[in-house]
Amino acid sequence: MEPVEIIQHSGGVIGVAWLMIALPLLGAAILLLGGRRTDRWGHLLGVVMSLASFAVAVLAFVELLGMSGDQRRREIELFQFIPGMVDMGLLIDPLSIAFALLITGVGSLIHIYSIGYMSHDPGRRRFFSYLNLFVAAMLLLVLADNYVGLYIGWEGVGLASYLLIGFWQHKPSAATAAQKAFIVNRVGDFGLAIGVFLIWTTFGSVAYGPVFQVAGQAEQGVLTAIGLLLLLGACGKSAQLPLQSWLLDAMEGPTPVSALIHAATMVTAGVYLVVRSGAAFFPVGSTAALVVTVVGVATLLAGAIIGTAKDDIKKGLAGSTMSQIGYMMLGAGLGPVGYVFAIGHLITHGFFKANLFLGAGSIMHAMNDEVDMRKYGGLRKLLPVTFVTFFIGYLAIIGFPLLSGYFTKDGIIETAMHHSPVLGWLAVLGAGITGFYMSRMVFMTFFGQKRWAEDAHPHESPAVMTVPLIILSIGSIFLGGYLVLGNTLANWLAPAVGGPEEPIEFHFVTTPGIATLVLVAIGAAFAWMKYGRAEVPVVAPRGSFVTTFARRDLYGDAINESLLMRPGQWLTRLAVFFDNRGVDGVVNGIAAGIGGTSGRLRRIQTGFARSYALSILFGAAVVAGALLLVGNI
Amino acid sequence: MNGAIEAPTIEYGQLMPMLLVFGAAVVGVLIEALAPRYLRKAIHVPVTLLSLAGAFALIILQAVRDGVPEQASAMGAIAVDGPALFIWGVILVLAFISMLLINDDDQFVAQAAAVPGSPEEEDAVAQGGAHTEVYPLALFAIGGMLLFSSANDLLIMFVALEVMSLPLYLLCGLARRRRLLSQEASVKYFLLGAFSSGFFLYGMALVYGFAGTVDLGGISSALASVGGQDSLLYIGVALLGVGLFFKIGAAPFQAWKPDVYQGAPTPITALMASGTLVAAFGAVLRVFWVALGNLDWDWRPVMWAVAILTMVVGAILAITQTDIKRMLAYSSIAHAGFLLIGVIATGDAEQNSGSLSGILFYLLTYGITTVGAFAVVTMVRDAGGEAGHLSRWAGLGKRSPLLAGIFAFFLLAFAGIPLTSGFFGKYAVFAPAVSGGALGLVVVGVISSAVAAFFYVRVIVLMFFSEPAADGPTVALPSVGTAAVVTIAAAATVVLGVFPQPVLDLADQAASALFIR
Repeated sequence: MEPVEIIQHSGGVIGVAWLMIALPLLGAAILLLGGRRTDRWGHLLGVVMSLASFAVAVLAFVELLGMSGDQRRREIELFQFIPGMVDMGLLIDPLSIAFALLITGVGSLIHIYSIGYMSHDPGRRRFFSYLNLFVAAMLLLVLADNYVGLYIGWEGVGLASYLLIGFWQHKPSAATAAQKAFIVNRVGDFGLAIGVFLIWTTFGSVAYGPVFQVAGQAEQGVLTAIGLLLLLGACGKSAQLPLQSWLLDAMEGPTPVSALIHAATMVTAGVYLVVRSGAAFFPVGSTAALVVTVVGVATLLAGAIIGTAKDDIKKGLAGSTMSQIGYMMLGAGLGPVGYVFAIGHLITHGFFKANLFLGAGSIMHAMNDEVDMRKYGGLRKLLPVTFVTFFIGYLAIIGFPLLSGYFTKDGIIETAMHHSPVLGWLAVLGAGITGFYMSRMVFMTFFGQKRWAEDAHPHESPAVMTVPLIILSIGSIFLGGYLVLGNTLANWLAPAVGGPEEPIEFHFVTTPGIATLVLVAIGAAFAWMKYGRAEVPVVAPRGSFVTTFARRDLYGDAINESLLMRPGQWLTRLAVFFDNRGVDGVVNGIAAGIGGTSGRLRRIQTGFARSYALSILFGAAVVAGALLLVGNI
Repeated sequence: MNGAIEAPTIEYGQLMPMLLVFGAAVVGVLIEALAPRYLRKAIHVPVTLLSLAGAFALIILQAVRDGVPEQASAMGAIAVDGPALFIWGVILVLAFISMLLINDDDQFVAQAAAVPGSPEEEDAVAQGGAHTEVYPLALFAIGGMLLFSSANDLLIMFVALEVMSLPLYLLCGLARRRRLLSQEASVKYFLLGAFSSGFFLYGMALVYGFAGTVDLGGISSALASVGGQDSLLYIGVALLGVGLFFKIGAAPFQAWKPDVYQGAPTPITALMASGTLVAAFGAVLRVFWVALGNLDWDWRPVMWAVAILTMVVGAILAITQTDIKRMLAYSSIAHAGFLLIGVIATGDAEQNSGSLSGILFYLLTYGITTVGAFAVVTMVRDAGGEAGHLSRWAGLGKRSPLLAGIFAFFLLAFAGIPLTSGFFGKYAVFAPAVSGGALGLVVVGVISSAVAAFFYVRVIVLMFFSEPAADGPTVALPSVGTAAVVTIAAAATVVLGVFPQPVLDLADQAASALFIR
């Protein structure tokens, strides 16, 4: 089944869909420009704007539901952005509205949660203004009907991410992490920008509709190049190999940020990009699609391995995020069936990962912002709500049967298995490792002995933080089954991304499914033996070279440093040297020369009218002589 | 011809703006003669400003209602064409704001004839007041500028040159403080001005000898029919050029500029640096394109050399200046060089009007910014009057951030930084020059601009990044007139730098009609 035609739309809620973007943008503007005057109610405004945006998204969703399937791609025109090149408009279709619901829904919950989490922070208003800015930019990214609009949103979320990672910029580590995220993302964004340029030069348009219509007529090489460039952008934003290194450091930001931007929404932008462009630039069997799957599998394994060795609860979760997005990428490279599971996993992951992150935030809130799991232990009695919700999120992510993650992740593995057993089995292996590192996290945090610091007084978080946790955990339980069983999501997305000829049947008992469960169980049991039953040392033991390998993020930073950073520094030094000696020497020499000339010429200006008159006479003679000379040639 | 003298026809309507200014000047003389001393200023100010504003209104009326005349007026002596109307408008605007500055007290001497430092001078100062003859003198000079820029006849042009210059020679000597410097400036300007007028007159005579007419159009047709190749003609052209180059301050005829600009009362310097320059460029364009356009292959190389020398000398010598007014004088020399690029590029055929409109726009932007800059100079004072020495300006940005900020903005406009009017002015001149084949000149122009940027920025650095001197100058509370001038100039510099299109269009329109012959 092919994607349906895009229909021009006006009126109704969809006609004012731009409000979704404008409201949080207005919120951000008010909070940033209003300054201290808005300190007292700024966070409330932020929440209201996010909720209002969510309301618009829901209403637009309802309006879309009221249409028949082949009517569900609506485009609204906004304004002429670059005359003759980009007409800015929004594309409201099942794919973009699904993202909009996720962004505004989860976003609103995290806004609410942040009221409690940031209550003691002097920069709370600034925090909410950045969050609003992020929501607006992310919505522009997914709602724009053209690649330039997407790119603007793409840079906007990058900016918001940078500002929020470095929110506590007085900490050098946070400032460095923010810069790292920004710089690594430059690489990806550069690829995306060139990709968009290439789309413009190839097709003469950047709007999705016209581009997808004629994409098939372009040369294969150009299509592959565009695909790979877009993928480079996706790798940067979604922390896929080889541009994954920033995500772990990005955990320096406040935890709600990690939950919203670096787990639930922004990092999935790459998946959105690949799925949105899928039919045109990543068709099944193409080189670009193959690369997407390879990147996905490599990242899902790498993230999982990194997750096994982290003692910092947020970094463990960050590794897990990398890994889960790897699954989505894998799905996104597998055509229409893959898209369904990739988007499904993206949505369920948005819930359970936000759930886990906010749970981690709640734990940190209770433990004086301690993030080292070796200093946790036995917290389940003291933080009952956090424990139960975190545990649900845990079950969901490891793919416990009938919970959300089970359906969507198994779907991806199943689809991958059809395409290539190698990819499939590697994905199964990744699921096993997930079982290990997530169990390790739960056992180290909630079970075993207390290993708290002396001044820790764990307590349950206030309702404003636990209620979002509860809502998210409900989503973590039921959402997957709802989306996958009965083909709900597949039918919903079909008009936007195309669908398989026959409805997808979800099989509960399959070889890879069973194998996955067995591996997960082994992983969990292994974690129980090492971290549940046995004593966990407060100081991490040295460990084997494999452990070190994982702890050092698979030497990702080391590779970047030796391949890029050091040569870069040498180049910088060389440039500085050349600038000091060569350029400055020339510049200073010229300046000194001109200055000296000026000083000498000045002496001609004697102040005597007679010498001025002489110079006029002399000049007149020269002018007359020259004119005679020229005239008589 | 039967001996009867035919009465000349004079299109009074077209000449009305100029006549109004001259009329007001005559009224000014009457005021000096008849009104009591204490009342004179109160009468002069409205008469002067109203006549300038009225003349400006008449120009607009002329352009809107009657359109641009296609025939020269007054028996072919005066050409009120598109460029002339635009230049008239520019001169009147600049004159108007300069007069607001002149209106400021404390700039002009009480008794010009008294020997500096003598008891007579002290008496005059004690009596208070200042020479009110300034107003009619300035009006005569302004009227001369209007005539100079629109003269279609070498003889009229010469008369206009003198009408414009003679009052200015006098005005230069009327500074209230540093009397000796002022009188020296006056005498120097007079001597050298007279000297260069001699060149102009002699050149005129030689050209007349060749063409048999002093009418610009007549010279042009004579050149077309005879076709040059006459040594006396070339010498005549050279001498005419020398007289004009002197007025615009092109090298090597620029030596008077710094001395005169420094010594003259600052409001008069503002009038000279803006109005005279505009009028002189009007005359240069007319002589070289209306009369000598057919000879352009012969004078073009010489003009190239003069333009290059002017830009380089202006930019390089400004670097080592220590007096703010002298620095602005050298900057004015450099700007004259940039404008000469436009004059050279105003070839016939197509690029003609583009380059011409560039010059017109440049004259407006540069003139307004210049008056504004000199207005700021009048406000920074210490015990001895204006604090001219650059070292006294150190740290001004800390004491008077607003004033220093505005001055810095003017300097950036001189340097041609984007978002100021100076940028579009330079662009409007350089871009057509490149397409007109004067690429080499534009390269020199851009390099000179870069050198010039150094000393503009140096003043900014001095104002904002140096510690203020303990006994530094004070910033005088500006009079209404001065404040208005600074405000108008700053606003114009911003508006023409951000939104120049309407004025550019106007200049295009004025230039599209070209000169009439």
